[in-house]
Amino acid sequence: MSVVRHLYVHLPFCAHRCGYCDFVTVVGRRSQHEAYVHALLAELALERDVLADRLDTVFLGGGTPTFTAPSELARLFAALPEAEELTVEANPETVTPGVARLLLDGRVTRVSLGAQSFRPHLLAVLERRAQPDDVRRAVYLLRDAGLDNVSLDLLYGIPGQSAADLESDLADALTLEPEHLSCYELEAKPGTRFTHAHGDELERQAEAMEGYFETVVDTLTGSGYRWYETANFCVEPDRADGRDLRARHNLAYWRGCDYLGVGVGAVSTVSGIRSRNLPGISAYMSALSAGDPPRREVEILDEQTRAGERLMLGLRLDEPLSIADVEGSLDSEALARLAAGGLVELTSNGDVDKLRLTRRGRFLGGGVTAELVELASA
Amino acid sequence: MELDRIRNFAIIAHIDHGKSTFADRILELTGAVSEREMREQLLDSMDLERERGITIKAQAVRVRWRNHFLNLIDTPGHVDFSYEVSRSLQACEGALLLVDASQGIEAQTLANAYLALDNDLEIVPVANKIDLPQADPDAAAAEIAQLVGESPERVLRISAKTGTGVGEVLDAIVERIPPPSGDPEAPARALVFDSSYDQYRGVVAFVRVVDGRFETREPLRAMVQGTSFEAEELGVMSPVREPVAALGAGEVGYVVTGLKDVSRLRVGDTLTSRRWPAAEPLPGYKDVKPMVFAGIFPTDSDEYPELRDALERLKLNDGSLSYEPETSQALGFGFRCGFLGLLHMEIVRERLEREFDLDLLITAPTVAYRATKRGGDVVEVHNPAEMPVELDLVEEPYVKASVIVPKDYVGPVMELANERRGTFDHLEYLSEERVLLSYALPLGEIVLDFYDQLKSRTRGYASFDYDLAGFQPGDLTRVDILVGGEQVDALSLIVHRDAAYERGRQLVERLRKEIPRQMFDVPVQAAIGSRVIARETIKARRKDVLAKCYGGDISRKRKLLEKQKKGKKRMKQVGGVEVPQEAFLAVLNLESDRKR
Repeated sequence: MSVVRHLYVHLPFCAHRCGYCDFVTVVGRRSQHEAYVHALLAELALERDVLADRLDTVFLGGGTPTFTAPSELARLFAALPEAEELTVEANPETVTPGVARLLLDGRVTRVSLGAQSFRPHLLAVLERRAQPDDVRRAVYLLRDAGLDNVSLDLLYGIPGQSAADLESDLADALTLEPEHLSCYELEAKPGTRFTHAHGDELERQAEAMEGYFETVVDTLTGSGYRWYETANFCVEPDRADGRDLRARHNLAYWRGCDYLGVGVGAVSTVSGIRSRNLPGISAYMSALSAGDPPRREVEILDEQTRAGERLMLGLRLDEPLSIADVEGSLDSEALARLAAGGLVELTSNGDVDKLRLTRRGRFLGGGVTAELVELASA
Repeated sequence: MELDRIRNFAIIAHIDHGKSTFADRILELTGAVSEREMREQLLDSMDLERERGITIKAQAVRVRWRNHFLNLIDTPGHVDFSYEVSRSLQACEGALLLVDASQGIEAQTLANAYLALDNDLEIVPVANKIDLPQADPDAAAAEIAQLVGESPERVLRISAKTGTGVGEVLDAIVERIPPPSGDPEAPARALVFDSSYDQYRGVVAFVRVVDGRFETREPLRAMVQGTSFEAEELGVMSPVREPVAALGAGEVGYVVTGLKDVSRLRVGDTLTSRRWPAAEPLPGYKDVKPMVFAGIFPTDSDEYPELRDALERLKLNDGSLSYEPETSQALGFGFRCGFLGLLHMEIVRERLEREFDLDLLITAPTVAYRATKRGGDVVEVHNPAEMPVELDLVEEPYVKASVIVPKDYVGPVMELANERRGTFDHLEYLSEERVLLSYALPLGEIVLDFYDQLKSRTRGYASFDYDLAGFQPGDLTRVDILVGGEQVDALSLIVHRDAAYERGRQLVERLRKEIPRQMFDVPVQAAIGSRVIARETIKARRKDVLAKCYGGDISRKRKLLEKQKKGKKRMKQVGGVEVPQEAFLAVLNLESDRKR
């Protein structure tokens, strides 16, 4: 039995659902918070022997974890296994002095704030409730409470977002000196309310927005941030007293480590078996209150699939990937072609051959990955 | 049977002028089919024919009327099958010329009427659809009368729909059309004017006995092709198969041959008895050669064996379809198929897709070119990519095209014909309002969209027909398309030198739009030999990023990647560039873009 060192905990509750969101979320239902945390702790107890005694990382995601009733959140923190990194996702408008204190008391080491934008008109398009000042206030409150690792989420490619809007958003974010930034291109998923409302506009803008990703990368790396993953940036160690500010929990995903997920809709990958708790909060809670594990969807990952995933995920990082680890899923012809075209870089460190994407390769990561990966079922 | 109790006739009519309805009425009126049995348009048996309202394969039906046997030989109603039409007409002594009184004569009717006159058939002119409020029977009668050199009073006026006048038509067939001539005592000869394939009994030939007499189980021989077989069964269609012991001179019927392949018994051949063979076959046999060619490829290359089987089976009852394996670097394994014409190609394609459930990619149609290489060797080229570069001479097939339009549209038709390298032959007023224009045109200029253009420039009023008229030298050149520096064989085309630059430019422009941006700059070029005549560049993409991915999304992202990989498999790789299949159709669509 492998000992899992990474734990994900899903807290699905939100004050409302934003148009572009596709996570498992539950709006309101304050009455259910207590029962849900009960269920979470029950599931955690069932899975406890999979976990190491002391964990590397715990990540509380949502939903809006900080929207959960404070008493329940406190109870959850108290029951969580100890971890070197404990991250909580938060929406700016939910961060009050009380919540900030609660997080610090709960041994939270890192907060990821969903800022998304500092332009009121873009926040309105995204149906976000926070105003730009709420973001700033949240950062100051967390800092005042003593938190020294704050990450901001930003979105680009928002309908109506001009190049100047993007530059201002980046500048406003940098003013707050976050330790970490996640910058995502807005995905208009087919069939969502958001795509229905804005899809046509996004298509019209597609060409104009082609350079936005470059703007993001250029601006942030030019301001002393390390572009360590496709969409993630952290302050370089030499500007952070030598601290490695990469998100350790997420790094575990990208490196292909095992992780346990608890909560409704949460996913675990342990020893080549991936299981997903089904969505549906009532069924989840009633199963656990009866002492049963929640219903799950299980997927067996064979060796080639695992190697394919390691490659797919590893190529997102700026650190080189050992070729031996992904050999079974690597199209060597494509590798040679892409290396010749300057999209992939091959390095040799003693007897270990490694590869990583070049800067241009990273901008084309989707296509490059599709070329390089040889999947069993494709 | 006494010859003077037999009448053999065909019906010449334009699509939609009511031939099938008329044939149905004849069957009803003569009691061959009861109303209850009557499916609409009984003679057209294939679904496709029913849908398109045209007859593809001729059939023959025997009915009785006033103590006579009338053999209705149905003819295919399209120019692609004009050879079959001519054989059907040769089996007759007369023809009904059926014209929609609300529409007047169309080009196709005219062509077939001339064919009938050339065959010395007695023509019985009929104006149909007189029940329609917009019908002008007098004008139609005058037009028809002028065409066949009859007096307008002799033009029968009917409504096949209501049945008005149909009996009079049958009377006229008996009275005006001569009985067959032929020598019942001579060695047996029968003209094959159609054949079909029956999966249990093999090839069934439809024949008109000219001389002598054929009996069941008689050893027979097709005189031109030399194929020998036994008459397993003889019979007449009434309208279902009805076996008879013998078929005598003047009669029309069928022969069950037991042959397993229609190509062994071609339309136009002459059957004779091996016991007492005739000396000479009947005149007029032609080995019909396909004139229009296109590559047919399965969209999914795994379906190649299915496509091969489907073509084999289709060929069993379509002797004029030809095909040979073709390998394209761009499209993989497929077949180069030869067709009689565009409609034939369209029919084959639809049957392959519908009856065999295949997903196909068809290259732009091209014609048969005759190329004389340096040194004098002559090759026939069916695929532009195979056109030799070092040439002395290229000849291309020409057609004699007839267009009938209201006189106000003469200008646009002439303009179109000039754009397509047409040579004006003559203009003729069919009536005060309607004009017949005759042009010599290269077949290669009409295979793509000539008819569509003609229709759109004349608001649908023009009717069009053509006859093959031999080969003529042309100043033609092969234009190749290169993607990423590599030639795409399936996109090569042969064009007149004057149009080469313009067509090359349009094609590369179109391809630039059709081929998605890649990870590198991709040049798209048009070239004559090694000389590049047009060039566009597909600029490399600036970004293509996998969206965010965390523990909960890994499976979904991986599946997305698998889907993407599958999509790539369907793309054809040319010079390291993924070319979507749509791009190969660009050359087809190009035509409809020009001059719009």
